[in-house]
Amino acid sequence: MSDVFKVGTYEFNSRLIVGSGKYKDFQTTKDATEASEAEMITVAVRRVNITDPGKENLLDYIDPKKYTILPNTAGCFNAEDAIRTLRLAREAGGWDLVKLEVLGDTETLYPNVVETIKAAEVLVEEGFQVMVYTNDDPIVARRLEEIGCVAVMPLGNPIGSGRGLANPFNIRVIKQRANVPIVVDAGIGTASDAAKALELGADAALINTAISEAKDECLMARAMRDAVRAGRAAFLAGRMPKRAFASASSPTEGYIWD
Amino acid sequence: MSGEITIHLNGEVQTVRAGTLSELVEELGLSKRMIAIERNLEVVPKSEYAMTQLAADDRIELVHMIGGG
Repeated sequence: MSDVFKVGTYEFNSRLIVGSGKYKDFQTTKDATEASEAEMITVAVRRVNITDPGKENLLDYIDPKKYTILPNTAGCFNAEDAIRTLRLAREAGGWDLVKLEVLGDTETLYPNVVETIKAAEVLVEEGFQVMVYTNDDPIVARRLEEIGCVAVMPLGNPIGSGRGLANPFNIRVIKQRANVPIVVDAGIGTASDAAKALELGADAALINTAISEAKDECLMARAMRDAVRAGRAAFLAGRMPKRAFASASSPTEGYIWD
Repeated sequence: MSGEITIHLNGEVQTVRAGTLSELVEELGLSKRMIAIERNLEVVPKSEYAMTQLAADDRIELVHMIGGG
């Protein structure tokens, strides 16, 4: 069955988006990314260390011809820095599909929604296809869609916390009212969290730390691959209703004592 | 190449021999890298590196991609 994940003008077979941060080395990044079977991978934009320009780079291991590179604005705390960062990313690799995140403070890493909206307006106007990280707020999600973002990415829980989905109800409400893909970004800690996100109807999950901080990164990458597939299949299949009382699985007639 | 000038490169004061952005990229050994350059807050397309003259006190940001979520 064909179940393509469409984001803007892009199409993917995988509904797992992976990050490339916090790995112990580039080889592990590459191995775990391959194991995940993800087709899209986030990267950060940073100053080149000009004292050591020959040093290996992430893109020596993650081939931009093989993966859709999703540059992010991690570490940006205002719209201006986020816009500058993504303009540079587009020039570096020609990438127009981007992950916008504007953060509020370093302790919570919660999105600064006001600055996020400002940045999104400018970036959409400049022709970027913006996948936007935001709070699990249905009103803000709708506003970001109206601006023209190609995907809205509510958090499950704070970045790197691994605490799963704080508010599954909001994820469902956001999805039910959206006309663009909804990606659960941040908070997923283990496979069941990813499956749950997709079961709720999220179109995809974006996962970094849960894989890169696992004891066996490649095994967890495969677990996430399978969880996203299972969650998606369960969503499409349509789950049974929840009932207050039991409902017998075997027929209630033809007993031998009748 | 002309004489040396002092610019702000990635937040550091640097003295370089390069006269243009192409020469700067060459001087730093970054010609084969996937990078982008911002000069005084404006992104410079790669096609314009050769014709973009460096001026004293230019603020140059030279970036690449690293691991991130």
